[in-house]
Amino acid sequence: MEIRVMKGIMDANGEIAAQNRANFAARNITVVNVLASPGAGKTTLITAICNHLKGKRKVYVVEGDIASTIDADRLDAMGVAVMQINTGGGCHLDANMLREAVSVLQPEEGSLILIENVGNLVCPAAFDLGDTLRLLVASVPEGHDKPYKYVSMFGYADAVVLSKIDLLPYIDFDMQSFEAGVHALVPDAPIFKLSCKTGDGLAAFLDWI
Amino acid sequence: MHEYAVSKQIVKMANDEALHAGGHRITEIRLAIGDLSTFVDESIQMYFDIFSAGTLAEGAKLVFRRIPAAFFCKTCGQNFLKPRTGFDCPNCGKQGSPTEIGKEFFIESLEVDDDGN
Repeated sequence: MEIRVMKGIMDANGEIAAQNRANFAARNITVVNVLASPGAGKTTLITAICNHLKGKRKVYVVEGDIASTIDADRLDAMGVAVMQINTGGGCHLDANMLREAVSVLQPEEGSLILIENVGNLVCPAAFDLGDTLRLLVASVPEGHDKPYKYVSMFGYADAVVLSKIDLLPYIDFDMQSFEAGVHALVPDAPIFKLSCKTGDGLAAFLDWI
Repeated sequence: MHEYAVSKQIVKMANDEALHAGGHRITEIRLAIGDLSTFVDESIQMYFDIFSAGTLAEGAKLVFRRIPAAFFCKTCGQNFLKPRTGFDCPNCGKQGSPTEIGKEFFIESLEVDDDGN
């Protein structure tokens, strides 16, 4: 006997994500989901955002890592309210993990939450968190072909940061190919080219965010 | 490896449906998976076999209906299936953009054993 189902497997996660989104909107909280491969410069960029907004807007950081508190310690030392989630092998954060982290953080109205997702260009694209903005960080040393290889992740982004542009003279990075790939997948997403090391391009990005 | 989490969810959903329909043993689960959904068939089956042990879904066969990713070319208006590499429109050569077709991930139906029930 056949039972017709026609139900989405991600619906359970999607429902929690929708609740998260509604709760954030009701309290005017902006939530940025930072997505990237390991080593692209997520934590460094988050640090730059925290420094920029110091004294202007309350910022919270949710750190997702498979193990360790290295990133959380780094931010904690700067005086940022940070919550570490160790997924214990899990390759992504999900909507329920964010809901629990937020219930501990108790963010104030009008604040900004930066989520550093697990370093991975595949799995986090499948799990909506209830975020306001998805910021994908790609670094120059990873190569210009990444939009063509990680189609789902680039297609999931609202904005793209190309980091470590100070390394462009040393790497065969085809900027036109990279930009064309991003524009094909997310035509409306702005691309910010910057280096946290030299500060090039950083001001424009920080003003935007 | 995020198939771990979704396989658990597939076992739960299939058991809920089968229980609701009278508690029959599940013999087959038909899934629709878009090529851009990031899930791997064999990996889902592997985790499914572990999580389904001792439930109504134990031993069930997973049948995957793969849905290719459809792209749309804004330059010439052509719909096309994503080529293996890149996003180029076969008609005009410009790059197309993804559509919702190819992102699916849902359970279409179950086959349950209603003999003797």
